[in-house]
Amino acid sequence: MQNWKHWRLVVESNGLGFLTFDRAKPDGSPDSTNTFSSEALRELGAVCTHLAANPVKGLAIQSAKDNGFAAGADIDEFTSFKSVEEAVAMTKLGLDVFDQVAALPFPTVAMIHGFCMGGGTELALACRYRIADEGPKTKMALPEVMLGIVPGWGGAQRMPHLIGAGQALGLMLTGRAVNARTAKRMGLVDVVTPRRHFTNAATMLLQKPPAPHQPALKDAVTNWPVIRGFVASASRKQVAKKARRDHYPAPYAIIDVWEKYDGDPRKVPVGADGSMQKLFEHPTARNLIRIFKLQDRLKALGAGSSDIKHVHVVGAGVMGGDIAAWCALKGMKVTLQDLDHERIAPAIKRAAALYKKKFKEAHLVQAAMDRLIPDVKGDGVANCDLVIEAIVENAEIKKTLYASIEPRLKPGAILATNTSSIPLQELAPGLARPERLVGVHFFNPVAMMMLVEIVQGPQTSDEVMKSAQVFVKKINKLPLPVKSAPGFLVNRILTPYMTEAQIMLEEGIPAETIDAAAKEFGMPMGPIELADTVGLDVGLAVGTELHKQGNPQPQKIQELVAAKKLGKKTGEGFYKWVNGHPQKSNGSGTVDLAPLWMRMTLPAVNEAVACVREGIVQDADLCDAGVIFGTGFAPHRGGPINYLRSAGREGLLDEMKALHERHGVRFAPDSGWMSV
Amino acid sequence: MKKVYVVDGARTPFLKAKGKLGPFSGGDLAVGCARALLARQKFSPTAFDEVIVGAAMPSADEANIGRVVALRVGCGDKVPAWTVMRNCASGMQALDSAYMNILAGKSHLVLAGGTDAMSHAPLLFGPAMVNWLADWYAAKSFGQRAGVVTKFRLSYLVPVIAILKGLTDPIVKLSMGSTAEIVAKRFGITREMMDAFAAESHQRVLAGRAAGHFSEIEPLIDAAGIVYKEDDGVRTDSTKERLAKLRPVFDKTYGSVTAGNASQVTDGAAMLILASEEAVARYDLNPLGAIVDSQWSGLDPAEMGLGPVHAITPMLLRNGLGLNDLDCLEINEAFAAQVLGCLAAWESEAYCKEKLGLSGAFGAMDRAKFNVDGGAIAIGHPIGASGARVVLHALKTLERTSGKRAAASLCIGGGQGGAMLLERS
Repeated sequence: MQNWKHWRLVVESNGLGFLTFDRAKPDGSPDSTNTFSSEALRELGAVCTHLAANPVKGLAIQSAKDNGFAAGADIDEFTSFKSVEEAVAMTKLGLDVFDQVAALPFPTVAMIHGFCMGGGTELALACRYRIADEGPKTKMALPEVMLGIVPGWGGAQRMPHLIGAGQALGLMLTGRAVNARTAKRMGLVDVVTPRRHFTNAATMLLQKPPAPHQPALKDAVTNWPVIRGFVASASRKQVAKKARRDHYPAPYAIIDVWEKYDGDPRKVPVGADGSMQKLFEHPTARNLIRIFKLQDRLKALGAGSSDIKHVHVVGAGVMGGDIAAWCALKGMKVTLQDLDHERIAPAIKRAAALYKKKFKEAHLVQAAMDRLIPDVKGDGVANCDLVIEAIVENAEIKKTLYASIEPRLKPGAILATNTSSIPLQELAPGLARPERLVGVHFFNPVAMMMLVEIVQGPQTSDEVMKSAQVFVKKINKLPLPVKSAPGFLVNRILTPYMTEAQIMLEEGIPAETIDAAAKEFGMPMGPIELADTVGLDVGLAVGTELHKQGNPQPQKIQELVAAKKLGKKTGEGFYKWVNGHPQKSNGSGTVDLAPLWMRMTLPAVNEAVACVREGIVQDADLCDAGVIFGTGFAPHRGGPINYLRSAGREGLLDEMKALHERHGVRFAPDSGWMSV
Repeated sequence: MKKVYVVDGARTPFLKAKGKLGPFSGGDLAVGCARALLARQKFSPTAFDEVIVGAAMPSADEANIGRVVALRVGCGDKVPAWTVMRNCASGMQALDSAYMNILAGKSHLVLAGGTDAMSHAPLLFGPAMVNWLADWYAAKSFGQRAGVVTKFRLSYLVPVIAILKGLTDPIVKLSMGSTAEIVAKRFGITREMMDAFAAESHQRVLAGRAAGHFSEIEPLIDAAGIVYKEDDGVRTDSTKERLAKLRPVFDKTYGSVTAGNASQVTDGAAMLILASEEAVARYDLNPLGAIVDSQWSGLDPAEMGLGPVHAITPMLLRNGLGLNDLDCLEINEAFAAQVLGCLAAWESEAYCKEKLGLSGAFGAMDRAKFNVDGGAIAIGHPIGASGARVVLHALKTLERTSGKRAAASLCIGGGQGGAMLLERS
């Protein structure tokens, strides 16, 4: 046995080597997850040098961590680099070390369980064979595109070679993770077996090494020179539908690097478009990596263990029903209460569809359905650990409900409300124990939106706040603690933007043009389409709740709601909807969209500044995280405060002043504009 | 003697089998009512000492359905569970097994009941097909396989319908319906009497439903978002006149037992919680009632419908009771002929003397206290569940009427009767 700081090599009596990756912290104790620091990479290079001089009959590489094989590059190290050159040097180091692995003069196999992301997948690809654990936790991906960069440690080269460029680009351009069975079907892994058989499987593979996997002809042709150009241009067209090159250069770079340089970033000339320098210099990569780290920060806010096992949800509407379904999906026992079974049934139907999509196996669908219990009589109240109230947005009705629920709760149970705009101060009076009332505000659609605002009223205890945060993390959402003020954080920031868009619409600017402008800024969906999607009744309620004296109020939305035209769900709102798609007329013409998106987004930025100044969230970073994960606000711009900082406070302040003059007081810059 | 309490119970709506597979498996049904039942208890599902489920025809992928149900409702790894089978009384057998284990001091808190999704009863290959398939799998070479292929006959594909096999007595080779015809013949029960009884069963269920007598039903919702709230075999248009138009289905042409005056083939489950005195005290429970005695008896399989007479009579006698000391009597309505046969048998001096060894007729049951809210002819008879349903409904009736004592009983294919004596204080 030979030990490095992060690696252990054992050569068995049969001549096979087993190399274990066990990433250590700086103090030498084991880290929780395997990530590649430059030190870990250099050590792997040293292991290879040692093995080249002292060859074994075959080498199996495994992880010592229970959570997975390897999660990729050490992001902390990556973000600590002072210069682009350091980042580029790290890329080259990884490439060279994994080339050393690939060049070892004996068969090699990666034994993959759990997370195998980015650099983890690239190390696996450098081996001759791959074995994957058949369990549901196995996830393989090259998610670099989500951080605005190219898979730089050989993945962009080896994956197209192994499984064909068609499949490989599909994975690299989306960053999508595949499970073991899909990986096997694609040719990404050679053997799928339970982890308990890893040693036997690796031993059998290495003792009688078969020919390495070759892509099937239909996959192999995508790499052929003539076809390559077609595949590249078809892929560019696909990408163009989702992301603009100036916003998101990485997917285009992935295609370029593969097409012109066979996926080897070392061959890309310095300064060329797809080069690592260009990508690292681009603000998108910096912003996306920042968001990735902010995501970790939100997760850390929910660190700890939770005793919550049984959730009682009151209100089986769109939000309540979907919250209940999500909690059951994540292993909670859930009782779902509404006035009758007919009101609960649509939630059960949606849950069944969600579980079918999330779980491929019928017994897992059944288990989740078994955990989701219709409860018309509200029997769950007495036994649950957490109540989530998701009934109509009316303080009096909510208080009446609490009065009937609270006396039946277990001593330690938490009472949470999913209210999207009513401050807890209005709901707490009358409670026997107001300290256990907390806001747990999910976003629609629940299954898609990562963020949950944890709203602290003045009466909410810190202990209850912490429990709510831990619970939200436990169900795989991102908890964001916010203070209880009207609209909390996300809706408060989103509302001025949505309102301005509707005012512009009433001024006669076509909805299509407004939506196109927002998308040019980088929003995933335009505000008019978004209003229709969320439901105009919901939007109107929030808009009215947050309306400030003296500001204009959009009229059309009131007329539409009065006419029961509520948007997507009724087939008509601002748009007509057919088969779930808004019917938009073509041609916003050649209007300059920038002034339009400036006018819509600056009120949101202004409100974000106010939120940070008022301490609605702890700091500006968490504000950005909340707005991005709660609304999808232009991720490549890194959130409203980051946008303010990077686009220049003075310049934007001038824009605000001009808008203030033209449109009135709602554009008055917040006092924190220059300091936040 | 120790007391054995019934704490609470719930059942699914009974859903008539309509040819195609019903929306729920036997496991789904038991889970559907048990999880609602458990959600309102003061104790955790992990507190049970055991789970016992009666099922006469569990599907192939729910072997030991008791354990399947226990795990699905969250009883956890450590609660043992088992499945019992006594044909039409499987659900009552589960209760009796729980009762016995509590009496013996081995268990204190038991989840017990019954379930069957009769619409899911399998179609089987006949012996000819099974043997042909064995030859096919054994054939290795192309030549051998070609040889096997030539021996195939289309008739091999005709399925064996398991439910028809299950409802035919293998000893006397009579369908259950034919045994009811024999009972009718013995006591002179006419087609008109059967149809009148059947029509009244529907009417009693409808009246009971309108009066809110079926609070034990827990509605179900399937994955398509369809709500099942009530027993769907109950008909508002079932009259003597309409029933008279149906053809006899068992003894065809000359018989009297029709689909209309027999119980329906149905999917359903009923689950109850049984507890010892200690468990009642420990969890501060408020029991629905108590099981004070039970009885299993055997008789000629060709007259299996008279089973309740053979089970109830000795049970009442040893408790010093007569028929009308009961405030409520539930006899599962497998067939109108069979239920009327039971009532006639008790009134028959000859039968009571000859078959029960009594000195005279046992008595006439007051119809006002007997199957007050109708029975299986209208509600349906998921055979594994019915035994638990009649016990639960008898207790619910005592609760509603402030009655003191009830009995619940079923006839059992193969020539048996089962009965339970229930009390409420």
